[in-house]
Amino acid sequence: MNSPSPAAISGALFTLLGCELVGEFLRNTLHLPIPGPVIGMFLLAAGLALRSGKTAAPEPGALDRVAGSLLDIMGLLFVPAGVGIIAQAGLLRQEWLPILGGLVGSTILSLGVTGFIMHRLTRARAQSPAPRSLDPGAEVAS
Amino acid sequence: MNRELLALWTPLASMPLLWLVVTLAAYLGARRLQRLLGGSPLANPVLVAIVLVGAVVLATGTSYPAYFAGAQFINFLLGPATVALAVPLARNLHHVRRSLSGIGFALLAGSMTSILSGIGLVWVLGGTRAVALSMAPKAVTTPIAMAVASEIGGIPALTAALAIVGGIVAAIVGQRMLSRMHIDDWRAHGLAAGVAGSGVAAAQVASLDGLGAAFAALGIALNGLVTAIIVPLVPLLWP
Repeated sequence: MNSPSPAAISGALFTLLGCELVGEFLRNTLHLPIPGPVIGMFLLAAGLALRSGKTAAPEPGALDRVAGSLLDIMGLLFVPAGVGIIAQAGLLRQEWLPILGGLVGSTILSLGVTGFIMHRLTRARAQSPAPRSLDPGAEVAS
Repeated sequence: MNRELLALWTPLASMPLLWLVVTLAAYLGARRLQRLLGGSPLANPVLVAIVLVGAVVLATGTSYPAYFAGAQFINFLLGPATVALAVPLARNLHHVRRSLSGIGFALLAGSMTSILSGIGLVWVLGGTRAVALSMAPKAVTTPIAMAVASEIGGIPALTAALAIVGGIVAAIVGQRMLSRMHIDDWRAHGLAAGVAGSGVAAAQVASLDGLGAAFAALGIALNGLVTAIIVPLVPLLWP
């Protein structure tokens, strides 16, 4: 597979940042409670869906590459905000039990409820589109 | 820290470059550690990197705002990365269209579970009202969670930390737990990761499967909407 041209990569960056900017603009002017990047995500998804409806085959090009690279390192992008927990040390020391219990408990309950209902309702309507088998140990291969 | 080291450190510490390199180094080290441990989900690289960077920041007596002044360039990329979730979402739109009712019910149930059990557990375990209100919106993507927390009288900085650590919890236990519940469908895994663990858990699913990434993206976006609407009602019911 030949790599996308510099112009195509610049275009992909323009698309991502442009959608974010339009999202921020809409949030400010319409006073929406949703952050700009999430609005931008909806805009880009709608745009891509409309375009792939017109052309026969959506060309998986530079945008897929750039988006894929960003999603691959998304974990890294959360580190600076996560370090902010050190600024909460006093509160954590005082209320560590309710904070830890509430966080772990509600996360696990929500995971289970969402996954269970989704699985039940989608399986009831149609067989899953050949899901690959899940291997709990394989997630770090990349 | 001894004086020679301090003399070398001080001019660098005010440069954004230093904290960028420290953050990248910690993340690379965390990924290598996970590989050395045979890919154990417990050695989550985001968690390990946060602990490593936090240790360096504390040991050098750096304030968090001073660290963030440098590391904000990495944080900035979260915006375009969130927009980038649209790509797997659009590529799998036909799967999404086929399971709309499942998505709707699972999303509402998961979102309500997260909000109510978060508040309830904090209250049962003796936490204060401010902590309970900070916990309520923590399952959604960090910027929404912080905005909602400040609106209802929670502590936005605590909510941000809870959102990320909660995402790490979901990334560590999610796949193993759902597989044990005999849920073997990327659509359910993806949606659960997006609803319960937002970006951090979604990032983990996204690196494994495109269909999972699409449903995780949908879970993040829709749970953001639902939570932004439901959670502001909580202080009205609990004055």
